[in-house]
Amino acid sequence: MRYAETGFNLEIDLTRGNIERVATDPELTKLYLGGQGTADKILWDRVGPEVEPFSEENLLIFSSGLLNGTFVPGANRTIVNTFSPQTNLHAHSMMGGYFGVEMKHAGYDKIILSGKAPKLVYIYIHNDNVEIRDASHLAGMGTTEVQDHLKKELGDDKVQIAAIGLAGENRVYTASIEHSHCSASRGVGPVMGDKRVKAIAVRGTKDLQMAEPEKLFHICKDLRKDLADNPGAGDWMAVDEDDGFHHDNFSWGNARVRQKNYWSDELQQRWTDIKYDHMDRQTGCYNCPKKCHNVISWPGRKRFSYKCFGKDTYNMASFQELDFSYEILGVAQEYGLDSYSTPQVIAFALELLEEGILTLDDFPGMPEDIRGRFFHILDMIVNREGIGDKLANGVYWAARQIGNGAEKFDHNTTKKFEQVPIKLGKVNPMFFLMIATGEKMNITQIEGSFPQDPLPTLEERQAFVDAWEAVPDEKFKKYFMEWERRNEMPSGAVCDIVDWNEAMHYIDDAIGLCAFVSSFRGQFGGKTQYNIHNIPDLIRMASGLDLSKEDLWNVFRRNRNLVRAINVRRGMRRADERPPEDHWAVRDEEFEQSLLSAYYEFKGWTQDGIPTPATLDELALSDVREDFEKRGIYSAAQ
Amino acid sequence: MKENKKMKTIKEIRVDVNKCNGCLSCEMSCSAAHAMPPYTSVNPARSRISVVMDETKDVYIPIRAGDYAEAECAGRNQYTIDGKEYDTCLLCPASCPSRSRFTEPDSGLPLKCDMCESLDIGEPMCVQVCHPGALSYHEYQVEAEDSVTLERGEKEIGLEYLVKRYGLEEVVKTVATMAKKSA
Ligand code: SF4
Ligand code: SF4
Ligand code: SF4
Repeated sequence: MRYAETGFNLEIDLTRGNIERVATDPELTKLYLGGQGTADKILWDRVGPEVEPFSEENLLIFSSGLLNGTFVPGANRTIVNTFSPQTNLHAHSMMGGYFGVEMKHAGYDKIILSGKAPKLVYIYIHNDNVEIRDASHLAGMGTTEVQDHLKKELGDDKVQIAAIGLAGENRVYTASIEHSHCSASRGVGPVMGDKRVKAIAVRGTKDLQMAEPEKLFHICKDLRKDLADNPGAGDWMAVDEDDGFHHDNFSWGNARVRQKNYWSDELQQRWTDIKYDHMDRQTGCYNCPKKCHNVISWPGRKRFSYKCFGKDTYNMASFQELDFSYEILGVAQEYGLDSYSTPQVIAFALELLEEGILTLDDFPGMPEDIRGRFFHILDMIVNREGIGDKLANGVYWAARQIGNGAEKFDHNTTKKFEQVPIKLGKVNPMFFLMIATGEKMNITQIEGSFPQDPLPTLEERQAFVDAWEAVPDEKFKKYFMEWERRNEMPSGAVCDIVDWNEAMHYIDDAIGLCAFVSSFRGQFGGKTQYNIHNIPDLIRMASGLDLSKEDLWNVFRRNRNLVRAINVRRGMRRADERPPEDHWAVRDEEFEQSLLSAYYEFKGWTQDGIPTPATLDELALSDVREDFEKRGIYSAAQ
Repeated sequence: MKENKKMKTIKEIRVDVNKCNGCLSCEMSCSAAHAMPPYTSVNPARSRISVVMDETKDVYIPIRAGDYAEAECAGRNQYTIDGKEYDTCLLCPASCPSRSRFTEPDSGLPLKCDMCESLDIGEPMCVQVCHPGALSYHEYQVEAEDSVTLERGEKEIGLEYLVKRYGLEEVVKTVATMAKKSA
């Protein structure tokens, strides 16, 4: 009997139309837990480094986290992994909502798509019945429109759907996969489009078993209440209307201009009115009492929702106000576009136009006003029309395909991926390491456990550490007590902190916990609902796996090193691990490189960022070591 | 005269559809509480409460399972009010031969909300886990004779009762107006 997981993956070969329900090896659960952990094992084993992201051999894997569907509140993430056409590296993506839970009740821990369908299809999964169906009638449909349509077509309002919009169909690199009020970005949308899958609809009505269900139920009942009352969990931006943090500190336009005194009381009041005049409600995800999604009705638009920083990206890229974000989000969501990277691509295009590298001839029919221009370029990108065909490949590739000096304007990407537009003064060592070495491409998926800023007085620090349950080790309290200036921290401490930040995300991505109740939230307030101390018990009661805190930490290390190995095998090296050059105004190359060296050593990686044979052997990844040796990866790196 | 009348306890679950966040904790917990033995498995498809959810129209309505209907009813009306479409069938609490809502997924037997009376847990489970506050539990005494109609219409002044009494269109209109006012 398998607990918490179903023990089966659904394998769909779209080229041949072959569908198989495949039993999984419980030993793999012990090693990698589930979610992205076990997905990466599959990617490592089955997708070689020569495989192009847009090819039949690439896999698109939807994984339900190990704890999804169990009583554990906030465990609902569907993790989506593949190889991204933008980075040509491992793509980490995930979404909240209900999809992964429904997968479990249908009897599957993963849906693994391979091949390419000969024409646009959708996949209908109803427990053991799985069909690949024609989707020609769904072509071009918006993401919420298609979900609505399929619920009616299937005659079941309880079916859960993950779908792409026109952007995904046209393989726009910044395309997302949308589901309910949630969205999965960073490379997975275009691959779904390349596989010609418009949507996956899942309905499951099977029981899910847990190892110690009665006990877990009652513990989770209390946890759910704590979670509802805990201001340290969920998205505070859903209720705190003061958004000076982003607007005064992050960069506007093409990650260019900082407006330090932008925010004001008057503005806050006006924006708060706009929000509440148009908000229908705030919603959560499966088995979570929080309300993180703001659901907005805007005149002339399909109802849309956003979470967190998602409301700021369009208005900041265009130097407009909140009403512009609202005006465009409903359109961008129907197209199925990532709201973090897409506005940056448009702002980049407008900068090239201003500089004369692109001209109005490149944008036939271009309106005069900035809002009109954003919509116009958005349409060109989604339809891959004219210059939009290049812009659809993201800033890095567009810059190179346009040429003529455009490369200079690609100043905010790392590993070919648009970064959150933050431009600051002096190098912050923790953020340097996280942005440089992170393989989830977005800082929000890497940062999160250790506070972003020190507290001014010793008394405040003491009070903070006294209440700080989440720390894996007492040393973190010491680091915090002795921390005076944001950018000054001994290298050893920086390595520990970055490692802890990453650890919690890797654990969440394996078990399906939302980062807002766990890995992301400790940096703001310290009181996360889940931490390294209470997660092992929940895993045991749910799955029967008896892991100590140390064992769980080792799973993180194994999963982390496996992602690194996958990317190393595809050619990623030290030279790729650079935050955008202007991320900080004042740089110190020597310090940064010595910090990077120290971190590599701390991680058990070579000075080229490759996990050493000893590290791999210690983590039961000897097959990875052997593969590296066979390919001469160590010797070439000398 | 009054003292002689028999009193009886009315148990009702009130629904504030505006507070529902769509977490489905009610469905999950109801199914677990009614597993055999209790809390040993989970399957929202076995829940006696089902949230009718339509994100595109901002519809979030938790409905509890009522009586079994032996035949399909004749009324299959579709209403569009303020851009939101409502299907009487979706909002009906009966398990009936034409659909799977409120039927056991394997046996097809009808499910019925028992107000958790079999469980000795105080307030009903769905209410206990509904932290967003969409569900609330109320108990009060009424004179037995006066409660005849209430008894038939279940122990809540809920959707089924209101829909029967005022018609779906009227109820939906009121909900829409309430939603606007509180926004
Ligand atoms: S904290 Fe927010 S985003 Fe996370 S699971 Fe709960 S409702 Fe969803
Ligand atoms: S528990 Fe409450 S808020 Fe959550 S879906 Fe059920 S009724 Fe709605
Ligand atoms: S009252 Fe009890 S039986 Fe009825 S829906 Fe709620 S939890 Fe289920």
